Amino acid sequence: MNPKRCAACKYLRRKCPKDCIFSPYFPPSDPHKFACIHRIYGAGNVSKMLQQLPVQTRAEAVESLSFEAKCRVDDPVYGCVGIISLLQTQIQKTQTLLAKTQADCCCSNQT
Amino acid sequence: MASSSSNTYNSPCAACKFLRRKCMPGCIFAPYFPPEEPHKFANVHKIFGASNVTKLLNELLPHQREDAVNSLAYEAEARVRDPVYGCVGAISYLQRQVHRLQKDLDAANADLVHYGLSTSTPSNVVDLVFQPQPLPQQPQPLNPVYRLPGASRGTGGSCGTFLPWNNGHNQQGGNM
Repeated sequence: MNPKRCAACKYLRRKCPKDCIFSPYFPPSDPHKFACIHRIYGAGNVSKMLQQLPVQTRAEAVESLSFEAKCRVDDPVYGCVGIISLLQTQIQKTQTLLAKTQADCCCSNQT
Repeated sequence: MASSSSNTYNSPCAACKFLRRKCMPGCIFAPYFPPEEPHKFANVHKIFGASNVTKLLNELLPHQREDAVNSLAYEAEARVRDPVYGCVGAISYLQRQVHRLQKDLDAANADLVHYGLSTSTPSNVVDLVFQPQPLPQQPQPLNPVYRLPGASRGTGGSCGTFLPWNNGHNQQGGNM
């Protein structure tokens, strides 16, 4: 039994076992992280997702889930998909501008 | 897609079919999960869970729900395809693409200046409007295979399928 409960077990008001799947990734010092993830995904779903992953990839998975959950809390309609949309639009605009600038460059090079 | 909130289908919506329950009139899922798209709800259920999606939708205005469901479905599919990084992999890839294009643009502008044509191209056009920081720490070397749902596997060279509503929608909040 973990003498100090992880943030997940503290949130779920349960004892934190030694092999708690959450404890490596949800330290008690950061309660908000699990609260956010739990709100969007639910503890059961996160536990299932982590169990299906190799141990060495779980930390990254938790960080990305945490990021997406926070995006969804901040923007309940679009979540992190709003960021993707913004970036795609920005890429389109920049590509257009780049093409124009390179064309201008070619023209000025030829004159 | 049905615009009313009542179930006008004879067959249950994909959600109720998946959950093996009767699809009642006023089913919150019915307008957004037609029976012809079973995978859409299956993915959303796998990642978010039906009750979480219900809660999310109940907190939104009716006119916001379709976009919310579509973005949830997008995220869920991305997470199913990439269980470690999900959508964040795509964000990371797109950010690198923006930075690369910005470098190219800076170089092209420098060339213009060199050829005696000063450009008044504002650099703020390429400033990141949104800084999705902090991103999760990426392992080095980065996984190069970031793919959006619908993009071909392993190319990494395309930002994949553009979002169906990528036409200047207003993003709510979004400040990280």
